[in-house]
Amino acid sequence: MFPSAFDYHRASSIDDALDLLASHSEAKFLAGGHSLIPMMKLRLAEPGVLIDIGRLDELKGISEDNGSIRVGSLTTHAALAASEALRRDCPILAEAAALIADPQVRNKGTIGGNIAHADPASDLPAVLVALGATIHLKSKSADRPVAAADFFVDLLATSLADNEIMTAIEIPKLGAGTGSAYLKVEHPASGYAVCGAAALITIANGSVSAAKLAFNGVTAIPFAADGVSEALLGSDAGDEAVDRAMAALAVADPMSDSYASGEYRTALARAYGKRAIRAARDRAA
Amino acid sequence: MGITISVEVNGTTYEREVEPRTLLVHFLREELRLTGTNVGCETSLCGACTVHLDGLAVKSCTQLAVQADGAKITTIEGLADNGSLHPMQQAFWDEHGLQCGYCTPGMIMAATKLVEDNPDASEDDIRHGLKGNLCRCTGYQNIVKAVASAAKAGGAR
Ligand SMILES: Cc1cc2nc3c(=O)[nH]c(=O)nc-3n(C[C@H](O)[C@H](O)[C@H](O)COP(=O)(O)OP(=O)(O)OC[C@H]3O[C@@H](n4cnc5c(N)ncnc54)[C@H](O)[C@@H]3O)c2cc1C
Ligand code: FES
Ligand code: FES
Repeated sequence: MFPSAFDYHRASSIDDALDLLASHSEAKFLAGGHSLIPMMKLRLAEPGVLIDIGRLDELKGISEDNGSIRVGSLTTHAALAASEALRRDCPILAEAAALIADPQVRNKGTIGGNIAHADPASDLPAVLVALGATIHLKSKSADRPVAAADFFVDLLATSLADNEIMTAIEIPKLGAGTGSAYLKVEHPASGYAVCGAAALITIANGSVSAAKLAFNGVTAIPFAADGVSEALLGSDAGDEAVDRAMAALAVADPMSDSYASGEYRTALARAYGKRAIRAARDRAA
Repeated sequence: MGITISVEVNGTTYEREVEPRTLLVHFLREELRLTGTNVGCETSLCGACTVHLDGLAVKSCTQLAVQADGAKITTIEGLADNGSLHPMQQAFWDEHGLQCGYCTPGMIMAATKLVEDNPDASEDDIRHGLKGNLCRCTGYQNIVKAVASAAKAGGAR
């Protein structure tokens, strides 16, 4: 199995990548290749031109300033999982990255490719939505920051425009008193998320001052269960309060396939949403 | 339309013209005739095609040869030293870590990195670390034993 023929260009800078994109219709960026190449081998994707951005050091790495962490779009899952800065100030992203596939895939796959591909069964989208991350897109004429919640448009579709590249993902640091957890039910063969639950909880003086719950794998785009998050506010986040809040979970249009029906996915969301909130709560203490 | 690439494989530098769609595993097997690296699933799941690329274990069926231009690659053929087996190969031999042997090259390439990164790997670490490598014969028991025994013997080299 191998891809159909294409022309290959290696970008030497972000500007060069954008120039190449402008001068070739039918072109796609190649980052880690771990979503795109499998699709091309199956001939589900047949781009006429690949623009390899894999060597652009300006897109790699994790840096910090006061309130946030900036993750370059080409940062690998392995680098996310190993990052001291993330483990300290945004552990949920490192936790989710470590649950992606296997070491070989994590060595090549990148955060930018993961979210640009927008597979509903991926692990990073809901985590970034729950975190309120900002996704930085760049065209030749403008920089465009997009909230993670607005980035995912539909199954395998994002708000990334034809003339844009993703440069970085900016994540707010989680302060003291905030706990987070990502729990995943993985497909036994592929390892992708059948349901992935991302929960964040901030507890101040014994009561919940902020909460966020979002799911991968359940609907076509990451699903933020805002009704549950709101119902948690002001509560003590005890098991009973969590159960009460989870009653507000309403999943519209869950995905169905040969492995898991929509009903089953909704049941998983109920169970794993609850467990993720409890785990986040325990870590907030 | 061919593109000329240069790669160092097992210490030898090769310069070759490749079609962009050539997968690294086919380049290694068909162009360089290094057929120790196997192709099992072709869908990025089985790990039979695992090689070391610039110090990382990767699945060579999910890379283009052109992406590897300038890289240093080690395949299973590059592990033995002048005819004496690498400690991980020896451990697979001693612990009967293979039956048909199809998964073995990828398993060993993944395992050498695993132990190099984590010399004190527990049984759990080994099982998780080999998640990307499937074996249809052994039931994994002796593979895990082999990796544990190589780790104990300082098997990353
Ligand atoms: C066996 C296997 C198991 C996997 N299991 C999981 C799993 O459990 N969970 C999970 O989350 N993922 C999983 N993945 C997917 C993996 O995380 C991919 O690495 C990731 O989805 C894509 O990242 P990439 O760098 O490989 O992107 P590529 O494949 O190179 O690109 C994917 C898409 O994104 C576009 N793109 C990439 N970078 C940019 C950029 N900077 N700007 C604009 N567009 C860009 C490309 O043009 C392409 O359309 C698995 C993959 C494999 C092969
Ligand atoms: S042949 Fe590469 S993972 Fe199976
Ligand atoms: S020994 Fe036969 S597949 Fe592993």
